[in-house]
Amino acid sequence: MAVTINIPAPLRQFTGGESQIEVQATTAGEALDSLTTLHSGLRRHLFNDQNALRNFVNVYLNDEDIRHASGTSTPVKDGDTIMIVPSIAGGSVVESEIGEELPELSNEEIMRYSRHLIMPEVGMQGQRRMKASSVLMIGTGGLGAPVGMYLAAAGVGRIGIVDFDVVEQSNLQRQIIHGTKDLGRRKIESARDRLRDINPHIEIETHETRLTSQNALQLFRNYDIIVDGTDNFPTRYLVNDACVLTGKPNIYGSIFRFEGQASVFWGERGACYRCLYPEPPPPGLVPSCAEGGVLGVLPGIIGAIQANETIKLILGAEDLLVNRLLLFDAWHMKFREFKLRKDPKCPICGPQPTITKLIDYEEFCGLRAQPSAHPPQSKLEEISAPELNARRLRGEPLQIIDVREPHEFEIARIPGTKLIPLGHVVMRMNEIDDSVETVVHCKGGVRSAKAIEALKSAGFTGRLINLKGGITAWSEEVDPRVPKY
Amino acid sequence: MIIIDRESTEAIRAHGSRDYPYECCGLLIGKFEPDGSKLVLETFAISNAREEAAKRNRFLIRPEELLRGEQYARGKQLDVVGFYHSHPDSPAVPSQYDLEHAWPQYSYIIVATTKGNTGDFRSWEQRPDRSQFDEEEIELRT
Repeated sequence: MAVTINIPAPLRQFTGGESQIEVQATTAGEALDSLTTLHSGLRRHLFNDQNALRNFVNVYLNDEDIRHASGTSTPVKDGDTIMIVPSIAGGSVVESEIGEELPELSNEEIMRYSRHLIMPEVGMQGQRRMKASSVLMIGTGGLGAPVGMYLAAAGVGRIGIVDFDVVEQSNLQRQIIHGTKDLGRRKIESARDRLRDINPHIEIETHETRLTSQNALQLFRNYDIIVDGTDNFPTRYLVNDACVLTGKPNIYGSIFRFEGQASVFWGERGACYRCLYPEPPPPGLVPSCAEGGVLGVLPGIIGAIQANETIKLILGAEDLLVNRLLLFDAWHMKFREFKLRKDPKCPICGPQPTITKLIDYEEFCGLRAQPSAHPPQSKLEEISAPELNARRLRGEPLQIIDVREPHEFEIARIPGTKLIPLGHVVMRMNEIDDSVETVVHCKGGVRSAKAIEALKSAGFTGRLINLKGGITAWSEEVDPRVPKY
Repeated sequence: MIIIDRESTEAIRAHGSRDYPYECCGLLIGKFEPDGSKLVLETFAISNAREEAAKRNRFLIRPEELLRGEQYARGKQLDVVGFYHSHPDSPAVPSQYDLEHAWPQYSYIIVATTKGNTGDFRSWEQRPDRSQFDEEEIELRT
């Protein structure tokens, strides 16, 4: 294919004054190779000693930055035009901050990382860059487990971990950074010990705190890259916004049941999370993993992809998941990919941002009761597990409806209840006796509240009471023989 | 050598003062002369005071902004002949980092800024072998 390359004015001294050079090529990389074979004096100004495009040199193929396509392997067509445009670096940066002075590797480290070192894509330079880099992981759960373990093993010099939870039995099915011996321990401690065992040559910093709008910016500023391993929308938006405001890349992953997503959101290079999802889903629409379940190995796969992209970013690789959303379906074993585009109207990473500081993300996601102008919805009546038990023991007439799924009913049930899954509750309304009080329950109390709302809207006239805390509260406060799950 | 008039140098100094303590930057628009010198006819301010968070973003001018500047210059039959930026509270000397992120031929003007004032005003050019910056002579046209 014949491709025209426009030569920027200051580099024309290397092309004998020519402002346009035509070359034959099938990819953008080939075009640049032919150009620099033809005019060898140009090469050092476009490529570094590792033969990678210098980081301030941008290549546009017909007005699109090839970094947003497939990098140097972006295919070219007959008649295409390539432009080479520099970014201009700032000056008064303290030398020590600029990371060009890379730390040395000890002989022990050279042995440890030998499988990396013998690949030219990593090499000594890349491994030293890894040692000089810092990554902050939000969460040490399903995603954070493989992310932390692989980054530690790879030799990322400084890893920060943010978590405030303790290790619970139900975590161990997927959070392989923690073990049975760690039950009841603080997650950051258990994670720190595991990472230290994997690689004693790195620094691990623990932050036992919930990530908030008050502490996020300060935390993020101390690291090069942020990896999002959170499981809820408010924190996900918080991580995104804080990354855009501090200019940090956000290595994103999320999981649910058998499906996972991964991407690299980086406001400076492409789309951010808000470009993809400007608004959070209505509260309760998307169930959490605690409600909907998750295949234990799934976060292992998605988290490993996040670790992979983090390492590539540190090494300066092309073809990152920037402007690409990767979808993975573990049950059907399929990967799919969507192209993302930066939203020119994005409220945080667009040219005219309306969000310039962190906001209240609970409220943004509709999770905080707002002082409302509407008349309050009919109030939800609630009962605690011990109270329900007492009433049953006294022989008071009441029925209990369980709105969970049949497979959950099989795991654990409150004796003497009737199962009508949430999705069928309106259809099977006539099976509920409206002449006696009805207590509705689920696992934690969210779905049962929805069932009550749905029944009321459908015209059910009997008295409906929500079991606070669901069957979990029943197991904790009334009958420990009922297993928690 | 770079040839520049007082109006342009004043504009650069004013931009540097305005953006202190942040770095300012902009484009130098003019002509590459056949003898290798550069004639600056206009300056094109790019950055505004950036917020604390973005200060560490070490690229001050993004390629899209430069493209816009080039388009503007071409409209007047001119070229982008170089760039200016300020060094708040530090000398008007390029760093190793500047060297690795520059091309020869362009002029890189650096103005030192302090609180409420501007100091040294110097221009630099990268050697064609990328080994170092040489200071270039500034000819002030009145």
